[in-house]
Amino acid sequence: MTTSPDHMPAEDRAGVRAALTRGGPRLSLSQRRTILGYTFVSPFILGFLLWFIIPALTAVYLVFHRWNLIAEPRFVGFDNILRLFRDPLLGQSLKATLIFTFASVPLGLIVSFLLALLINTKIRGIAIFRTIYYLPSIVPAVANAVLWAWIFNTEFGLLNALLRGMGLSKVRWLQDPDWALPALIFMSLWNAGGAMIVFLAGLQGIPDILYEAAEIDGAGRWAKLRRVTIPMMSPIIFFNLVIGLIGTFQVFTIGFLITDGGPQNSTLFLVLYIYRNAFEYLDMGYAATVSWVLFFIVAGLTLVVFRYFGSQVYYENE
Amino acid sequence: MSITTDRRTLVATKEREQQYIGDRWWRLLTIALLVIIAVIMLLPFTWLVSSSLKLQHQVFQYPPKWIPDPIRFENYVEALTYKPFHIYLKNTMVIIILNEIAVLWSASFCAYGFARMRFPGRDFWFAIVIGTMMMPYVVLVVPTFVIFSRLGWIDTFLPLTVPQFFGGGAFNIFLLRQFFRTIPEELSDAARIDGATEFGIYWRIMLPLAKPALITVAIFTFLNTWNDFFGPLIYLNSPENFTVAVGLASFRGVLNTRWELQMAASTATILPVVILFFVAQRYFIKGIVMTGLKG
Repeated sequence: MTTSPDHMPAEDRAGVRAALTRGGPRLSLSQRRTILGYTFVSPFILGFLLWFIIPALTAVYLVFHRWNLIAEPRFVGFDNILRLFRDPLLGQSLKATLIFTFASVPLGLIVSFLLALLINTKIRGIAIFRTIYYLPSIVPAVANAVLWAWIFNTEFGLLNALLRGMGLSKVRWLQDPDWALPALIFMSLWNAGGAMIVFLAGLQGIPDILYEAAEIDGAGRWAKLRRVTIPMMSPIIFFNLVIGLIGTFQVFTIGFLITDGGPQNSTLFLVLYIYRNAFEYLDMGYAATVSWVLFFIVAGLTLVVFRYFGSQVYYENE
Repeated sequence: MSITTDRRTLVATKEREQQYIGDRWWRLLTIALLVIIAVIMLLPFTWLVSSSLKLQHQVFQYPPKWIPDPIRFENYVEALTYKPFHIYLKNTMVIIILNEIAVLWSASFCAYGFARMRFPGRDFWFAIVIGTMMMPYVVLVVPTFVIFSRLGWIDTFLPLTVPQFFGGGAFNIFLLRQFFRTIPEELSDAARIDGATEFGIYWRIMLPLAKPALITVAIFTFLNTWNDFFGPLIYLNSPENFTVAVGLASFRGVLNTRWELQMAASTATILPVVILFFVAQRYFIKGIVMTGLKG
C-alpha cells in the first residue's frame, strides 16, 4: 500500500535533471535524496521518539515504581503488577468498559449502517436529513455530557417526561446501577453520524452496474443488500469496527461528567480509573500499570478482529 | 440512467408493474422513516435550546413547555459571565491558533516527504505513521504527564501545543499524503527544470494546490482542539488558564441545579462548531471520507 513504483521513473528523471542543473554535487544523488527525504519527515520521526518512545519507556519504568510526583520514585518490584490481580475496582472497570464497548460498537455500526442506507435515497431535500443526522456527532464532548445529564434527569429530564407522557413509570437512569450503563450506551447512538457519513460515501462508491446486473439476475431488495451492498461495504464496515473499538475503549468524558463512575462504580470506565489513580490518588506507578492493561486489551482485540473479520473482508482488487 | 429506462421498457412485464407499486410504497416508507428519525435526532437539540431560554422554575415544570414564555436570552449573559468565559475563549483561541500553525506546517511537510520523496526507510516510517493512528492514545497519558511535569510544563499551554509541531498528528500526515499523491508529478518536474529546490516545490507548488486538503485539516484541528477535554483537564490547573471545554465542565460542579444556565453555556459552546459545519460543510465531508475510506 505504501510503495509507489509509478512515481519512480518520473522522479528519477527529475533527480538527474536537478543534479545537472545544480552542478557538481559532492554527495551522490541517492545520498542527497535520502538526506532530503529524512529532512522532510524528520518532524514526525522526532515526534515519534519524543512523544511515543520516551513515554513508552517511562511507562515501563513507572510499572516498577511507586511515585506521587512529589517525593522521589521508590522501586517496588512487581508490586504494581501483583496488585492488578487483587484489585476489585480494576475488575469492575474492565467489566464496565467491556460491556460498554461490546454493546455500543456493534449497535453503533448497525445503526450508522442503516442510517446510511436510509439517507442514500435519492429524494429532494435529502441533504437536510443528512445534515440533521450528522450534526449530533460534532457536538463537543463536554456539552454532550451536560446535555444528556439533563435529559436523563430522573425528576425533570426529557426522557422520563416522554415515558410519563406514554403512561409509563419513570426510570432512575443515572442513579440505578442497572440502568446507568444502558443509558450511556443508548446515548452513544445519538453520535452515530460520523460512521454514517463514512458508510454513505462507501455506498455511493458502489458502481450502479453491479445492482443492474443483480436485477437482471432477478435479485430483490434483500438479495441486493445481502449479495452486493454488504460485500462491497465490508472493508468500510471493518474499518469502522476497528476505529470504533479503539475509540470506545478510551471512553472517559461521559463517565467522568455524567455519572462520575457511579452508581456503585457501574460506569467506572478503565480510563476513568486510570485518571483517578494518576490525578486523584497521585499513584503514577499503578496508573501506568493499568494503562498497560488497557494497551494489551486493545492490541489483543484489534488482533482478534483482524484475524477473524479481516479474512471476511472483500477487496475488489484481489 | 437512459440504459436503465431502456431496459425497463424492454422488460415491462406485469411483474415489473408490481415492482413499481412496491417502489412507491417503499418510497413512502423511506420518507416516513427519514422524518421520524430526524425528529428523534433533533429532540435533544430542541430540549437543549428550549431549556436554555427558560426561567429557573420553568425548567422543573411538567409537562415541559417546548416554547418558553418568556424567552430569556438573559440566561446566556448570566451563564457566560458567571464564570469568565471570555478568558476561557481567549485561552482556547490561543491554543487553537498555535495548533493550526503547528499542524498545517508540520503535517504537510512530513506528508510531502512521504508522498514525493524516495529514500530508504520511507515505507517503514510510513507504516509507523499508520501504526500510531491505531494507538489508543490514553495509554501514554500517564507517562507523558510525568515527563511534562518534570519539564515544569504543567499549568501552561505547552503540553497542549508543542507536540503538534512534531508531525501534527498521524491522521493529518496520512490525509495530506493521499492528497499530494494525486497532484501530477509533471508539475514538480517542470519546476525542477526551472531550478526549484524540493523545499520550493513543497512551498510554492504543493501547498497552494493542496488548499482544499489543508482547509480540511485546519477544520478538524479546530474541532479537535475546541472539543478536547482530557488534555486541558489534566494539564491546566488554575482557572485563568482553563479552556472553554474545561470551563463548561467546572461550571457543572458549582451550578448543578441551574440547568437553564448549564444549557445556555452548552449551547454557546456548540454554536461555533455548528456554524463552522454549515460554512464549511463540503470540507467536513471530504475530511471524514478521506480519512475514513482510504485506510
